[in-house]
Amino acid sequence: MGKTAIKVENLSKIYRLGEIGTGTVSRDLERWFRMNVLNQDDPFLQIGQTNDRATKGDSNVVYSLQDLNFDIQAGDAVGIIGKNGAGKSTLLKILSRVTAPSVGSVKVKGRVASLLEVGTGFHPELTGKENIYLNGAILGMTKKEITRKLDEIIDFSGVERYVDTPVKRYSSGMYVRLAFAVAAHLESEILIVDEVLAVGDAEFQRKCLGKMGEVSKNEGRTILFVSHNMNAVNNLCKKGIVLSNGTMAYQGNAESSVHYYLNNNQNSKGADLKHKEVSITALTINSRFGDVNTVEAFERFQLTIEFEIEKGEMQDLYLGVFFKDAYGSRISSISNWLNSQDFKAAKKNKITVDLTHGVSFREGNYSVDLEFFIPNKVYFENALSFEVINSSTTGYKKEFKSEYGNVYVPNKIIHEV
Amino acid sequence: MESSNSSQDWDLVIESKSSLFDLKLYDLWRYRDLLRMFVKRDFVSFYKQTILGPLWFFIQPIFTTLVYVFVFGNLAGISTDGLPQFLFYLSGITAWNYFADCITKTSTVFKDNANIFGKVYFPRLILPLSIVVSNLVRFGVQLILFFSMMVYFYLDGADIQVTYVALLFPVLVLLMAFLGLGIGLIITAMTTKYRDLSFLVTFGVQLLMYATTVIYPLSSAPEQYRGFIEMNPMTPIIESFRYAFLGAGEFSWNNLLYTTLVTLVVFILGLVIFNKTERTFVDTI
Repeated sequence: MGKTAIKVENLSKIYRLGEIGTGTVSRDLERWFRMNVLNQDDPFLQIGQTNDRATKGDSNVVYSLQDLNFDIQAGDAVGIIGKNGAGKSTLLKILSRVTAPSVGSVKVKGRVASLLEVGTGFHPELTGKENIYLNGAILGMTKKEITRKLDEIIDFSGVERYVDTPVKRYSSGMYVRLAFAVAAHLESEILIVDEVLAVGDAEFQRKCLGKMGEVSKNEGRTILFVSHNMNAVNNLCKKGIVLSNGTMAYQGNAESSVHYYLNNNQNSKGADLKHKEVSITALTINSRFGDVNTVEAFERFQLTIEFEIEKGEMQDLYLGVFFKDAYGSRISSISNWLNSQDFKAAKKNKITVDLTHGVSFREGNYSVDLEFFIPNKVYFENALSFEVINSSTTGYKKEFKSEYGNVYVPNKIIHEV
Repeated sequence: MESSNSSQDWDLVIESKSSLFDLKLYDLWRYRDLLRMFVKRDFVSFYKQTILGPLWFFIQPIFTTLVYVFVFGNLAGISTDGLPQFLFYLSGITAWNYFADCITKTSTVFKDNANIFGKVYFPRLILPLSIVVSNLVRFGVQLILFFSMMVYFYLDGADIQVTYVALLFPVLVLLMAFLGLGIGLIITAMTTKYRDLSFLVTFGVQLLMYATTVIYPLSSAPEQYRGFIEMNPMTPIIESFRYAFLGAGEFSWNNLLYTTLVTLVVFILGLVIFNKTERTFVDTI
């Protein structure tokens, strides 16, 4: 077993909703006195509220992180995943010492560099080179270190021609390149990276991911990486942590963590399938495996939607089904409008969409959004998720990799000479 | 559990509470290059894209002095301790400006830099310190103006003399810097919660100037207010400054000692409050 680089113990972070402070100066003073002079815990802290944005809690104190415990071994690249509001950013903020935890502790072995944003502190009036020094110093490098790496940084950024130009004249792409180049050359045992790669062009993103991967493999550096890009997490990280409502939902290797997240993320079934005008009473995907939200590639499956319309009968019901891949991009749509099918709706309705005949999604996780016009637009996001597996070799004969896209279109290639 | 904790020595422990006097001075030293960068940034960004550039450092004190000469000297006829009016006001303004800038600029540190502070850790104290140092550069430039005016008036036959107190000049500067910094730190820490304080600062500093011997000498202060004016820790500094370079004004070791004590108390209080606030201010600002 390797050495522990980061040890998180009973970590909680509390945010007060609404007003800041306890509300009155006297309670503020009492709290200050008890916490700082008597060294007690926050007396106004209530226990037991989790951070679930959908439900309104009865207290205005919310746990952004609650009782988190984990260890990270030195040299591991760990992906931290979770929905928006799951506490990822709060965790990174605490680890990078931007804010202090409310309860608990984090123990760290080694120098920490954190990248919650690229180009923090860049000053538009300063030249590229001056900003390298400034930004490097903000990130914790000494002047000597930066001078030693200056050429390498400029080279990596690819903005050599403009290093003596004020950065306010840079294009946003150049700006990001320069900023990331500085960050990529940080010398620290632990690197904390928030979703900073969301900016920049694809080529540069690949370069950055490559650099990060190289760093964690060759230099034995510990990396904590927060991202919504499951591919990046899979490629870069060895291990994964899934956060949900401020608590640890899963910890394991990267692949199984991504798997866990994708399976649980979209399956918040039932919770938001009700709307005052229309409510979905049943939503299933049926395939040869039954009603288990699992589909075999190239095989027929059916999407069944049962819903009730509050005001009863109506003309011209419109229903749209959007398929999204694991990263949330729409890959295909089905609707009765596209098919020119007119439906007259009753109070209770059942619609079955039969998906057949050779076209297939690549294996992986997908989710479905539903859209109704009755006649107001009602939208259900991530109403359902399902997984496509490919255990036979019906359609394509080789592995259908992610870079080939998400949908396989049946075809026949005719060769003539 | 216990044994594994003790078997490894940690470089960094992040906890919800820290000791009141854990000022992280080592960290501060490690980030000294950053201090230099911030000073450079302030200086460069100040005069870039201005036509007159660093000349602006001169224009402000000259015009303020001229206005004071006109209003307080000629219209109100306030005594200047036998000194040329221009020199008297210029000396007061130069020193006061440094102190006032230290307060007003450090008092908005948390608010102005919330986005940097929210993204990356470095010892927060670096920023207010860099402000004090940047202002020092500006103060230095303005001192050149003051000294050349001194020489000019001396050659013109004015009765001015440099006294032994001039040796204390570095101490006076340090006192102004730390007093201004201390007050600024307290205010910036409080403004993270109570925003209204920031409105009070510019206004308060302005008022405080009239309670300091910038536009009148201590010797001509009315007897019933004299004690009050002497209680102002800035008064001994300005008076000593005048006495040091112009040979007029009141210099007393006791008053200077009093100022030093007040400065120490204010500065340490400021440091402690600032350190307490910096850990969580990101959540409240």
